[in-house]
Amino acid sequence: MLEPLFSLTSIIALLSSTMRTTAPVLLAAIGGLFSDRSGVLSIGLEGFMLAGAFAGFVGAFYSGNLWIGIAAALIAGMLLAFVYAYFSVSVGSSQAVAGTGLVMLAAGATGFLNRVLFRSSGNFVRVTPFQPVAIPGLSRLPIIGQVLFTQNVLVYLAFALVPLTWFILYRTALGLQIRSVGEHAKAADTVGLNVTLTRYACVLVSGALGGLGGAYLSLAHANTFIEMMTAERGYMAFAIIIFGKYNPWGAMGASLLFGLADALQLKLQVAGVPVPYEFLLMFPYVLTLAAMVMAGKTTAPAALGSAYKKN
Amino acid sequence: MVPLYALETRGITKRFGALIANDQIDLTVKPGEVLSLLGENGAGKTTLMNILYGLLRPDEGQILVGGRPVEFRSPRQAIDLGVGMVHQHFMLIPAFSVAENVVLGMRKKTGAVISRTRLRSSIREFSHRYNFDLDPDARVGDLPVGLQQRVEILKSLYRGAQILILDEPTAVLTPQETGDLFRVIRHLQGEGKSVIFISHKLNEVMEISQRVTVLRLGKVQGTVETSATSPAELAKMMIGRDLAAPSSPRTGGYTGPTLSLQGLTVRREGKEACSGISLDVWGGEVLGIAGVDGNGQNELVEAILGTAPVASGRVILDGRDITGKGPARAIDAGLALVPEDRQTRGLIMDFSIAENLILESHRAAPFRRGFFIDEAQVNRFAAGMIQTFDIRSGGGASAPASSLSGGNQQKVVLAREISREPKVLVVMKPTRGLDVGATEYVHRRLLEERAKGKAILLVSSELEEIKGLSDRIAVMHRGAVTGLVWPDVSEEDLGQLMTGAKTMLSALGPRGGGEQ
Ligand SMILES: Nc1ncnc2c1ncn2[C@@H]1O[C@H](COP(=O)(O)OP(=O)(O)OP(=O)(O)O)[C@@H](O)[C@H]1O
Ligand SMILES: [Mg+2]
Repeated sequence: MLEPLFSLTSIIALLSSTMRTTAPVLLAAIGGLFSDRSGVLSIGLEGFMLAGAFAGFVGAFYSGNLWIGIAAALIAGMLLAFVYAYFSVSVGSSQAVAGTGLVMLAAGATGFLNRVLFRSSGNFVRVTPFQPVAIPGLSRLPIIGQVLFTQNVLVYLAFALVPLTWFILYRTALGLQIRSVGEHAKAADTVGLNVTLTRYACVLVSGALGGLGGAYLSLAHANTFIEMMTAERGYMAFAIIIFGKYNPWGAMGASLLFGLADALQLKLQVAGVPVPYEFLLMFPYVLTLAAMVMAGKTTAPAALGSAYKKN
Repeated sequence: MVPLYALETRGITKRFGALIANDQIDLTVKPGEVLSLLGENGAGKTTLMNILYGLLRPDEGQILVGGRPVEFRSPRQAIDLGVGMVHQHFMLIPAFSVAENVVLGMRKKTGAVISRTRLRSSIREFSHRYNFDLDPDARVGDLPVGLQQRVEILKSLYRGAQILILDEPTAVLTPQETGDLFRVIRHLQGEGKSVIFISHKLNEVMEISQRVTVLRLGKVQGTVETSATSPAELAKMMIGRDLAAPSSPRTGGYTGPTLSLQGLTVRREGKEACSGISLDVWGGEVLGIAGVDGNGQNELVEAILGTAPVASGRVILDGRDITGKGPARAIDAGLALVPEDRQTRGLIMDFSIAENLILESHRAAPFRRGFFIDEAQVNRFAAGMIQTFDIRSGGGASAPASSLSGGNQQKVVLAREISREPKVLVVMKPTRGLDVGATEYVHRRLLEERAKGKAILLVSSELEEIKGLSDRIAVMHRGAVTGLVWPDVSEEDLGQLMTGAKTMLSALGPRGGGEQ
């Protein structure tokens, strides 16, 4: 029964599926990376994802247009992120408390609205999801073509963001500004940089990309909204940033590990291995956290988690 | 036409709550001039400089740059008008490279995308022009303070500073580095730039500046031409009385070795930072440790405290072996330590002054009552310390340590450690950042502690301080003790011991100590 798991087609299918299970976490992690590097803990990602998953589905369902769903997800994620930025940057509240509070708010609100809008109608509502787009030429390459170049646009976007983010963070004046604010806000202030504005912008980016990661789940994966469908992927993204040493390439590697385990777990479920499915569901989380512990110490941005108050 | 003054302030006033930190300040700086700013700890020097740099906004008054009134909403405007500042506590990002620190916030100059090669060569060129010898790619956190300071200066010059503010730049420098800094200042002066120089060391002020403005309790006490004044007169202007000559009456005798280091070897990052150090500090003795910074003094102190791993050898405090047992045990055994860096090691900046004052004794009577801290006791104690050590805080004992001026932060650490009545007191650069009056007080206090029979280990790179207070002097070079000498040692011998050019182990125990 396990044998077909390891045929070439089966492995290609697994890797291709890995790209898709990786994308939502990677989107959120890249967003969170901006927030963390600017000194604001990306602990609200789970909430941004949930809000994005729900708003994305609602937008796409009522308009019949997936892109309107995406726009709605971006807005929902950024709205929630704005509230988070207000508390963590302007008020200076504890970021862990404000962030987890918002996650609870998002969980409650999306669950409630979901029931109000859809559950009462009794029928199971769906959207037609994002379809794979084969890249001309490249998609015909053996193996790689299937795995890398026959995916939906959100997967392409997620992976394209990795080098782009690296370039912004390490090669531009903007990136230097973001990192300096996350390392030593007062030093940034003394050279005339606006700490508050920088942090707001970065938190909004994390809201937008977190929302997008959430919309991926409802618009490209499950094709519907299910309560708590993010299944703590936002918290995983938060951990993945640390595991990836606060660097986009590292975040991509860590996300791929999580995605591979997730894809494998799905495959085993479908294949009907005699293991309770709860254990299979746990597997990617346990593996990623174990790998993170083994990877050892990382150096966080020095000002991460601390609010900056001017005199 | 060249304006008469490069910078001028008129009636600058700044209040923090009820405290008036700057009171109607009029100050002038001429083009190409070095102006010294003198004043006691908390006199308002840093506050005034922060206002000139746009970090603080004055409640009243006017700033003129090149004769024109200006208003600074943030450092950005100050920078654009050619004001640069090197802060008392550096504003560098340790995790960044020299180049990144220098160009931070200069998008106009670098463009949106930073070309690393262009950046590197332009910083090299700049660094070369001032003889700074800085590697643009070095991580700032890995550089010694002297070089970090150059990065700060380069940062300002790179931004086109015409008026450079240096807030206590020499407090962290060795005498040799101070000489280098003075050469840089003269070079800047030659380019027509103005420098505002803050220091508590009167001889430095006399040497480098053309005019001196003295602040006292937030007010301008007067401005004098350096050539027409003397250190004694400046001190008098500053503290309002004559300075007592330092004296060290010997009262108590020596009570035998209280702190014993026996063949102490400490390895750090694979290198031997201390090699087989054996020293006895006797009760009733001040043992000074002289040496150029970075010759193992930090590691030695950390080994005594128990925060650096000891490869071999032992630390005996009052008969108890505390080698590698950690700070809690060392403190219990009777150790008190004034660390070199008050902001990262000595204080918790967000805690109140009162909380900082009881940091190590909060677990014991009288501050602990059952499970709780006895607030009333703590406040009474803090009020006493604030009085005894003359800690000047606008907000009293409940103000955060971060609201204190640099010198007053230092006094908090000293007050806490001395008041714990330790058997052994290890003090590193105890008067760093203190004004002349406070320095005199701390020196007197240390000698009083000695008279009470405490063993005092004084680590300092200031030879005057070491020679003035010590009963014996140990000189460290490359992790080894190259000299053990009496305080009347000649400067020349001391210099040779510090560079390892010779060894001289004559003062093995305090004078007359062996007869105890
Ligand atoms: N942010 C603040 N809040 C409250 N009080 C403050 C604040 N900053 C400074 N002060 C107070 O203002 C006074 C002047 O402080 P300032 O730092 O200007 O002194 P200074 O002359 O630089 O002293 P030092 O030589 O010790 O560095 C001090 O009494 C200090 O406690
Ligand atoms: Mg000061």
